[in-house]
Amino acid sequence: MAGRVAGKVALITGAARGQGRSHAVRLAQEGADIIALDLCDQVASVGYPLATPADLAETVGLVEALDRRAVAVQADVRDHAGLVKALDDAVAQLGQLDIVSANAGILSFGTAAGLDEASWQDMIDVNLTGVWHTARAVIPHLIASGRGGSIVLTSSGVVLRGTPNCAHYVSAKHGLVGLMRTLALELAPHWIRVNSLHPTSVDTAMIRNPQTLGLFRPDLENPGVDDVVATFQAKNALPIPWVEAVDVSNALLFLVSDEARYITGVPLPVDAGYSII
Amino acid sequence: MAGKLDGKVAFITGAARGQGRSHAVRLAEEGADIIAVDICRQIDSVPYPLATPADLDQTVKEVAALGRRIVARQADVRDEAGLKAAFDAGVAELGPADIVVANAGIATMSLHETHEAWQVVIDVNLTGVFNTVEVALPSMIEHGQGGAIVLISSSAGLAGIGGPSRGGLAYTASKHGLVGLMRSYANNLARHRIRVNSVHPTGVRTPMVENDALREFLTARPEAGNAIANALPVDMVESADIASAVAWLVCDDARYVTGITLAVDAGFTNKR
Repeated sequence: MAGRVAGKVALITGAARGQGRSHAVRLAQEGADIIALDLCDQVASVGYPLATPADLAETVGLVEALDRRAVAVQADVRDHAGLVKALDDAVAQLGQLDIVSANAGILSFGTAAGLDEASWQDMIDVNLTGVWHTARAVIPHLIASGRGGSIVLTSSGVVLRGTPNCAHYVSAKHGLVGLMRTLALELAPHWIRVNSLHPTSVDTAMIRNPQTLGLFRPDLENPGVDDVVATFQAKNALPIPWVEAVDVSNALLFLVSDEARYITGVPLPVDAGYSII
Repeated sequence: MAGKLDGKVAFITGAARGQGRSHAVRLAEEGADIIAVDICRQIDSVPYPLATPADLDQTVKEVAALGRRIVARQADVRDEAGLKAAFDAGVAELGPADIVVANAGIATMSLHETHEAWQVVIDVNLTGVFNTVEVALPSMIEHGQGGAIVLISSSAGLAGIGGPSRGGLAYTASKHGLVGLMRSYANNLARHRIRVNSVHPTGVRTPMVENDALREFLTARPEAGNAIANALPVDMVESADIASAVAWLVCDDARYVTGITLAVDAGFTNKR
């Protein structure tokens, strides 16, 4: 059976692991070829290990195992010129670009009063400016194709509520909604749809690390994942602590497929009711 | 091929034609059996012909042609007892419902509206949806398998459009009211793993929109037509597009999606 995105080429940033890898695999399962982009390096203010070149290679292997083509790109979304060059090369290799998942993002912690300049700036640079850079780099390709396209920005459930200890993250993710809404208007005449995803907590390395677990259970010396389930679950309406990466991927797949051909300018929560309780 | 809704039963109101028929056919394509309800007669104050028994028969034919079972009944969503009898008849034959699509709705915008337009629209579009969910809930909860409910609202459920007529105000108020209903149900029902969401279409190519009364109204009030222009270069969307969104919301791909307002509106809401 033909896949729901058969014959399309999708760029995914932050594709080495976590949600990005899940997106790459899910879209490849439905017939897309993949440009898998990741920094594959540490950002100094981030307190958990970011992805590695080996992680990115594993994503490529998973896509190729599905008989789809994959081009791995090591690039930094903070570096617009480098991003443009790397993407132009990758698009030339695969011949086209139809779908963009601006997924790359980081998380760090600190109260608004206590955050240092570097943590604030890294967050805005990666999670907000990096998404703008991504959009800026892909728009010429999407417009030139004349076939329209679909861009999805990965924001967060936190845009519908404040949340303590990560004002910089919440600010950047709020900013993405403004960017999405404006891009949707500017690109509608070209049949390029732009939407955003708003997950509640997702079971990835962004949560499964000592720093994040410790923040949610400061009363314990070395909290494990089981120790934070109740705390996470209390944030959601549905009785679950977090969603799986594939749940976000399924929402992405719906948005970029022709099933959603008239959906644009929409913030789509995948949040287990986080935003309504 | 396995469908995404194999073994499920879906209760759909306003199913004789338009969006409701599309929902029935789309969910049946994914393997669901259908309990289809429609009033199949005229309501005073509605300035265009409502569905007929022949329309409902056509929905039955299309679902049956897909190899799915369907129980169709004529019932008025304003009449709780009659609606419950229709639902119960469906459950008796098909088993407990897993999915509810509260789709039945009217719009009375016209140059010759009646004084009753306000109350009729509120009764059908808001109270009728409440009745639909209330009729289905006890069986869904007792069944204990979770479920998914979709309330069909409108762009007019997110923005103050629809104009100054009694019917236009009622349409906008009723469709906004569905959002509050949806959010409360979503919170109340989460512990039963029943998800509740709303869908907000822009203009859809159905008899509710494409009819002489609305054409006459929009010709006389061009500002009302300009106010409903989409961002994407398309004048209306199709029933199938709303059905695709409904099919996604009720399947396991959206197993953790609840309490959301999903616009299928060609960028209309964002453009305002």
